[in-house]
Amino acid sequence: MLDTVSAASKPMIEISGLKKSFGTFEALKSISLTVREGEFFSLLGPSGCGKTTLLRLLAGFGEQTAGTIAIDGQDMSGWPANRRPTNMVFQSYAIFPHMNVEENVGYGLKRLKLDRTEEQRRVREALDRVELGALGKRRANELSGGQRQRVALARALVMRPKVLLLDEPLSALDKKLREQMQVELRHLQKAVGITFILVTHDQYEALALSDRVAIMFNGEVAQVGTPKDIYQNPVNRKVADFLGGMNFVNAELAEENGVSLTLDAAGFGRVRAPKPTGFKPNGRNVTLGIRPERLRVLWDDEQAEHQIAGQVIDRHYFGEVTQLVVEVPGFQMPLAVTETNDFGADDIPVGSAIRLAYDPDALVAMNE
Amino acid sequence: MKLLKVAGSSWLPVYAGLYLVFLYLPVLLLPVFSVNASAVPVFPLKGLTFDWYRSLVGNDALINSLWNSLIVGVAASLLATVLGICAARAITRYKFRGRRPMTAVIMAPLFLPEIIIAISLLMVALQMGLGLSLILVIFGHVLICLPYSATVLISGFEGFDPAYEEASADLGETAFGTLRRVTLPILMPAIISSLLVSFTISLDEFIIAFFLSGTEPTLPIYIWGQLRFPAKLPGVLALGTLMLLASLMLLTFAEMLRRRAARRTQIDGGFHA
Repeated sequence: MLDTVSAASKPMIEISGLKKSFGTFEALKSISLTVREGEFFSLLGPSGCGKTTLLRLLAGFGEQTAGTIAIDGQDMSGWPANRRPTNMVFQSYAIFPHMNVEENVGYGLKRLKLDRTEEQRRVREALDRVELGALGKRRANELSGGQRQRVALARALVMRPKVLLLDEPLSALDKKLREQMQVELRHLQKAVGITFILVTHDQYEALALSDRVAIMFNGEVAQVGTPKDIYQNPVNRKVADFLGGMNFVNAELAEENGVSLTLDAAGFGRVRAPKPTGFKPNGRNVTLGIRPERLRVLWDDEQAEHQIAGQVIDRHYFGEVTQLVVEVPGFQMPLAVTETNDFGADDIPVGSAIRLAYDPDALVAMNE
Repeated sequence: MKLLKVAGSSWLPVYAGLYLVFLYLPVLLLPVFSVNASAVPVFPLKGLTFDWYRSLVGNDALINSLWNSLIVGVAASLLATVLGICAARAITRYKFRGRRPMTAVIMAPLFLPEIIIAISLLMVALQMGLGLSLILVIFGHVLICLPYSATVLISGFEGFDPAYEEASADLGETAFGTLRRVTLPILMPAIISSLLVSFTISLDEFIIAFFLSGTEPTLPIYIWGQLRFPAKLPGVLALGTLMLLASLMLLTFAEMLRRRAARRTQIDGGFHA
């Protein structure tokens, strides 16, 4: 997805050394990030990781303790929220309850003192863009959750911001609607070409929507990259764990060069894996990981170049997939294996012996 | 236990009925005697007359005191509500040193006997060489209205999502514009309630007005003055009936306004932030 935003496009947001403390609590510990123009960028992390604090600092709600934020080359220090070229979609949507949909969307335009027809044209355009053209006269309390979300989007987009900030905009919607809105949000962003910053704790949402993701823990950015990059090459165990299931295997460092590590792991033998950024060897121990869906069940006498044998000790049925828990001799933890149900993985009896195929490229070395 | 329940269920309506009769029967007697063709309010009734109402028309002293009461009531309710808005916003939105003591001070007049407030205000006014006037009465009434208006407004502000104000600022509006276009309209039901409660308290307040109004009596003071002359009693009853009607109308009107504003601003269920 990175190809949609060329690496050459200019930086829209430059954050450097940004810190924010509330009393003695450090909500943000020296954040530095660059977001390019037209990029769909997500801030992903568990609650309390500082992602919302960062978003609010971008919007101008609250002042940073240290560091700078520049938007489109302009240092935003001391700029109040109402003068920043950003608009926000709030988690609660904050649709003004005493106004109808059109009045809500036209709220910010009123201050621009446009002539009446131009103002109406822009409101109409924004409502059509979010497919709410027919509901202009509805009041906030007559709208569904999904419609409120669209009003909040239209109200922000009508201002033609340089950056649109979205604070967990889909978290109040049910699963079906959330998935539909994800697709629409992605299309909308492509259509308007505005830089989007999305705050979310939902890893699938971040992976599905973003050009790039910054994953945050405890007020720090742990890793920044494309969804594929951070999913396939997580920099440490925490990132790997947060982004979905991951089997962790202890390995011993045999050799290290500039770009890769050679490791010995029980069951997998000698493997080579790319060196994670910021690699610091902890004695000779290195954590090796493989995603459950990168292990494949070998049926009957099927053979694979790389395989590993074990015993099924548990089985979880999830509809389209089945997760097998496989005990492998020499491993501290059993392996989780996700297999689609087309070949009958849901019928594999617990207790049976099993062989698994894997691609050595799917093994990743991680920092602790 | 079951017996108690049965007894409760049969006696409760009787108790409630008696309670209502004792509470409201005297009030109902007011209009009845106000059209009775006798100067003495006793049964049996003598006949229908509107003379007492006619006697009110052109009574300059009455009109004057009514006018004074309206001025005091409007001014006191407006002032108390404006101050109440400031206090409620500060108390609900910000954490600051002295927040709890400040709340206690605002609520204190609830627990102070009015006569104490009246005497202290009188002493202060005299010490400062201020003449007694309606302005002093207004200040006194603001003091006793503020606990009520602040209570109503604090509950209004507590249900107010701060994100509304942030959204307004985010859309380019200034702090004052946000207050005018978002905060006040959304809080309108609470503001109307506060105005109404304050106005009602001020309108029938006697002691403070009695001590501080000097030569400009408010309505309750005028009525009290009339009671010394038995012949004037039916006129007072007629006046009381009119006030009863007026307050019923005011209450209905304000409740309609409040409900309209509440309907416009309410957010229905099924939505969790």
